[in-house]
Amino acid sequence: MKTYEQINDRIESGKAVVLTADEIMDYVDKKGLKAAAKEVDVVTTATFGPMCSSGCFLNFGHSKPKIRMSEAWVADVLVYTGIAAVDVYLGCTQLRHGDPANMYPPGEFRYGGGHVMEDLVAGKTLQLFALSYGTDCYPLREIRTYFSIQDLNQAIMVNPRNCYQNYNVAINRSDRTIYTYMGKLEPDQKNGNYCSAGQISPLLNDPFYETIGVGTRVWLAGAHGHVYAEGTQHAGGVARTPDGLPMGGAGTLALTGDMKQMKKEFVRGVSFIGYGVSLALGIGIPIPILNEEVLRRACVRDRDILAPVVDYGVDYPQNTGNVIGHVSYEQLRTGQIQVDGKTIEVGSLSSYYKALEVANLLADEIRRGDFRLAAPIAPLCRDTKMRPLVKRGNNR
Amino acid sequence: MNDDSVTKKLMFYFPQCVCDKPIIYHLVKDYNLIVNVYRAKVTPEEEGYLVLDVTGTEEAIQRAIDFVRTFDVTVNYSGKGVVRDEERCSHCGYCVPYCPPGALKIEDRATRKVAYHESECIECLACIHICPFGACTSAF
Repeated sequence: MKTYEQINDRIESGKAVVLTADEIMDYVDKKGLKAAAKEVDVVTTATFGPMCSSGCFLNFGHSKPKIRMSEAWVADVLVYTGIAAVDVYLGCTQLRHGDPANMYPPGEFRYGGGHVMEDLVAGKTLQLFALSYGTDCYPLREIRTYFSIQDLNQAIMVNPRNCYQNYNVAINRSDRTIYTYMGKLEPDQKNGNYCSAGQISPLLNDPFYETIGVGTRVWLAGAHGHVYAEGTQHAGGVARTPDGLPMGGAGTLALTGDMKQMKKEFVRGVSFIGYGVSLALGIGIPIPILNEEVLRRACVRDRDILAPVVDYGVDYPQNTGNVIGHVSYEQLRTGQIQVDGKTIEVGSLSSYYKALEVANLLADEIRRGDFRLAAPIAPLCRDTKMRPLVKRGNNR
Repeated sequence: MNDDSVTKKLMFYFPQCVCDKPIIYHLVKDYNLIVNVYRAKVTPEEEGYLVLDVTGTEEAIQRAIDFVRTFDVTVNYSGKGVVRDEERCSHCGYCVPYCPPGALKIEDRATRKVAYHESECIECLACIHICPFGACTSAF
C-alpha cells in the first residue's frame, strides 16, 4: 500500500519508479504483481485522437475605447460571446465563416475551430473581428485587429468531454459510401474504423475510476491541467467484461489546462471529409500504484478489451442501439476483423504512436520531478446510464 | 522484355502547347517501353504533367528520356507526385486500409508508426482526400 503523499515524496526526491502503460504489462509478467506493486510508483497512460467536445476560453483584454463583444470571429471562425465583455469561447467543431459545408458533398471542411486552436498554440498571428451594439460603458461597436496567444490574458482549454473510456468500431452495412466522424465508410461493410489507444488508454487502465477522478492532474497537450468534472455523456453503468472493462463508451473526462503551456504537435486541427472539423489532442494521465489491485488493472492488454461493432449506415444515425458484435483490440490491431464470417479491413483514428510518445514524455517529467500527482477531490460516478433526448409535444 | 529490363517512375512536366505530340506512342513504338500511366493532365493552353512507370532496358529508357526532352518537356526522376509530410502525420493509421498498393503501412507493430513507401505509391490520391491531418499532398 502506498499513499499519494509517499509517491509524491519519491517524485520530489527523483527516486520515483515510473513505467508507461505499454511497458508495465511485460514488467509485471516478469516480476510478479506483488513485487512490481511494491517497486513501481506510477504508470503513465495516454491517448491521442480526435475529441470533438473541446474548446477554449480566450480573454482579449480591453481596447480603447472598450467594446462588449456581442458577435465575434477568430480567423473567421465564429466564437461564443454570451459571457463577459471580452471573454469568448471557441469550440473546435465550429466551421469557418463561408465554408460550404456539405453543399457539394462530400465537403472538404478545410478549416475550423480545431485549426484555430492549433494555430493559437503554434503562436501564429490571427485576426479578431468583433461587433457590438454599443453601451454607455462599452461604446466601441466594431473592432478588427490581429493577435497571437502571447497577447491574450488567458487562453484556457476547457473540454467538456475527452478520453472516452472505450469506443465503437464503425462499419457501414448500407449500399452507399457514407462520410462520418468515424471516417469514410464504404458500403457492404467493406471497411471499418476504430478509435482508442486500447491498452494504454487512461480509463481502460483504471476501469472503476479508482485513481482518476475530479481533481486528478493530467498532461493536457504538454500543459499540466486537471480533470474538472466528469465528462459529458459519462455513463459508467454500462455492460462490462468479467474483468470490469466496459464493452462500450462508458466513462469520459472533462479536462482543462493552460494553452500557453501546450505543445503544438499535440493540439491538431482535423478535417473529416463529408463530416466536419474537430481537434485531435494528446493527453497523458498518471496512475499512482497505490496497491496491487490498481496495478493489476493497469496491466490491461489489447486482448482483454472488447469494442462494439456498430453499423453507421442505419443503427448509429437512427439510434436503434443495435450492436452487431464485439471484437477485441488485439483483433483490431491486426488490421482485420471478422464480422458474421466476413473479413473487414479496419483502420484507427486514434494514434497509438503519438499516445506512446505522450506516455513517455509524461513518464520523463515525473522521473525528473517536474510533474506531481494530485489525488482526486471527488470520484467519478460508476453507475450512471446514458439518457436519450425524448421528443415531446406536437412538433412533427 | 529482356531480363535486364528495369522499371522507373518518371514525371513529365509539359509547358503550354506540347499537347499535340503523341509522346507516349513513341515511347512504346520507338523505344520498346512498357508504359503504365498513373496520373496525367495534358490540356491545351495549360501546363500539364504525366506521372508514369516505364519498363525497359536502362539504355532504352535513357534514350527515351532524351527524346522526350527534345519537346521542351521537363523530366523528373524523383517520382514524388504524392508527398507525405512527416511533421503533419500523426501516425494514426487511418489511411492504411484505403491505400490500394499498401504504400502506407504499419511495419512496426510495437510502435504502430505508419511508414510510407513512395516507390509503391500508384498516385490514386485516396490518402490526400481522407487524411484528417492533411499530411498527404499532391505535387500537382
